[in-house]
Amino acid sequence: MQMAEPARGRELPDERGHFGPYGGVFVAETLIGALDELTAQYAHFREDPEFVAEFAYELEHYVGRPSPVYHAERWSRELGGAQIWLKREDLNHTGAHKINNCMGQALLARRLGKRRVIAETGAGQHGVATATVAARFGMECVVYMGSEDIRRQAQNVFRMNLLGARVVPVESGSKTLKDALNEAMRDWVTNVDTTFYIIGTVAGPHPYPMMVRDFQSVIGRECLTQMPKSAGRQPDYVIACVGGGSNAMGIFHPYIAYADVKLVGVEAAGEGIATGHHAASLCAGRPGVLHGNRTYLLQDADGQIIETHSVSAGLDYPGVGPEHAWLKDSGRAQYVAITDDEALAAFHACCRIEGIIPALESSHALAYATRLAPTLPREGILLVNLSGRGDKDMATVAERDAAGKAAP
Amino acid sequence: MNRIDATFARQRAAGRTVLIPYVTAGDPSLAATDEILDALTRSGADIIELGVPFSDPMADGPVIQRASERALAQHVGLRDVLGLVARFRVRNPAMPIVLMGYANPVEAMGTTAFADRAREAGVDGVIIVDYPPEEAADFAVLLSARDIAPIFLIAPTTPAERMARIAELGSGYVYYVSLKGVTGAGHLDTDAVAAKLHEIRKHVALPVGVGFGIRDAASAQAIARHADAVVIGSRIIVEIETGAPADAAVRAGAWLATIRRALDTMSSKRADPVARAPTAGPGRFPT
Repeated sequence: MQMAEPARGRELPDERGHFGPYGGVFVAETLIGALDELTAQYAHFREDPEFVAEFAYELEHYVGRPSPVYHAERWSRELGGAQIWLKREDLNHTGAHKINNCMGQALLARRLGKRRVIAETGAGQHGVATATVAARFGMECVVYMGSEDIRRQAQNVFRMNLLGARVVPVESGSKTLKDALNEAMRDWVTNVDTTFYIIGTVAGPHPYPMMVRDFQSVIGRECLTQMPKSAGRQPDYVIACVGGGSNAMGIFHPYIAYADVKLVGVEAAGEGIATGHHAASLCAGRPGVLHGNRTYLLQDADGQIIETHSVSAGLDYPGVGPEHAWLKDSGRAQYVAITDDEALAAFHACCRIEGIIPALESSHALAYATRLAPTLPREGILLVNLSGRGDKDMATVAERDAAGKAAP
Repeated sequence: MNRIDATFARQRAAGRTVLIPYVTAGDPSLAATDEILDALTRSGADIIELGVPFSDPMADGPVIQRASERALAQHVGLRDVLGLVARFRVRNPAMPIVLMGYANPVEAMGTTAFADRAREAGVDGVIIVDYPPEEAADFAVLLSARDIAPIFLIAPTTPAERMARIAELGSGYVYYVSLKGVTGAGHLDTDAVAAKLHEIRKHVALPVGVGFGIRDAASAQAIARHADAVVIGSRIIVEIETGAPADAAVRAGAWLATIRRALDTMSSKRADPVARAPTAGPGRFPT
């Protein structure tokens, strides 16, 4: 039923970073030179055997790859349908997939002679991963984080400080991830000669969506070889949560050419799409331009970006990577949304039944899998990207449970 | 002839520097902006750049961010800004108005609809900060077809071959961003600006306006020695936000008048464009 290794038929983006009408380079003129240089250098190093080998070495010895695929047998049996398999990105160093990309960009920053790295962060996972690689390579690190997120994610702020990074609170706008990204861009435009901006997701101006995708694609490439060995074949569905969309793009991309494998991205429906308190850009937004690329955005009639809501800070973003916008329009991937309550129910189930505490972000993907599995035959296979672990979410979950909002 | 071209031609003939104040529409209110436009006109503005509020002004420093937030708190959007221009145009048929903002509000309206409405309102030029020429070719054609100037930025990091391409697509003037940073930053280096302007003029025939970081008479004069136009934004917004909103227009006008006087008292600057090259003590403000 599965074809052999598919031909390379997925040569997106074009040379100026377009995925159909999406992507591109929408930045102020001052940054164009740096982006052109980055594009050229990355084009060179992605084909450079030495760079590729160093990246692979760091992923194995520092990050701890490959991460296993794991058959959630008890949970699958309980649900009584298709078999759920988990790609265990939660087992990476720093506890999430974010480190894959940070390692790649840090190695590139070194090649470009940049001694200072900056990053934006929402939940703090990308900030921690950036601070980690900066410590590993002895680089100065500044992380921009919305003051509202700093309050919600105090533990990750402490971790970044331990790792030697400076966390700068952002007080503008909604004081969350999008504003942290604005502030990081302002830093970059000011210090463009000395500074490498490590963007944490598959968004931003070209070449970031492509570059972050490439670095994260190690997730899907490992699955391509692991699933036939462990499960006997490739999955019927690959399911991943989507905020900016880097873990989803990482696991989807190698599967795009496998036409029999359905790809499902799961957005945050927050308190429900109808309430307006959500972060489901693909399900409920429309195309526009933000943070350097054209993509689906949550915006009002005047084109102002609106504040988003999700119980998981990592999905709390009004945009989404442009390649996801393209996959949606082309029909190759399908995008759905899961509410806070559904995600929390899946979070608790995963803890109790599998002994794994998942990140609230990943719990959205798990929730969709638990909805889908019972509708499919037992021999069906769902592969869910368990993109991170939930240690960082203890306070949030305790608060919700105390307020009696979550499932038991 | 577009009002912008006419203004540069007239001021060049008179040996004067074109003075371009920037204010954000709707800060502190739409009604106040009506008054501010009139006050800036009376105080010697030659062209007015009118900022379209946006929720995520990535290229702007804290001052213009605050202006945008004050306008957005009153839900001022692109339609309101066009209405403001239309009202101004009834009072003043001559003053060129340039809209400056970000791509998303324009795309939300639709680029063709925006170009049509801007034309009807009497807009003369448009600067979209996050539309570099590569992404704005179609948009520039839409504007040019309606006699609206697409105005592009040149940065300290722009290489020579890009300058020519930018000049080809743009009209009216080019906006030289005088430093690596955001609007209102404090590290303007006049010597570096002079040297860069010399390079720009080899590739760009359009008039060159310089902005970002000009904050007083001395820096305005220093830049005016080399540029065709001086753009001042953040410093005027500081005047607007410091004090009672009711007197914002008076403060903005009074402050701009000091800059106008400083520019006009400079010794006859430029009968000959070659004299604008940075030969004589670039960037020194004589004491």
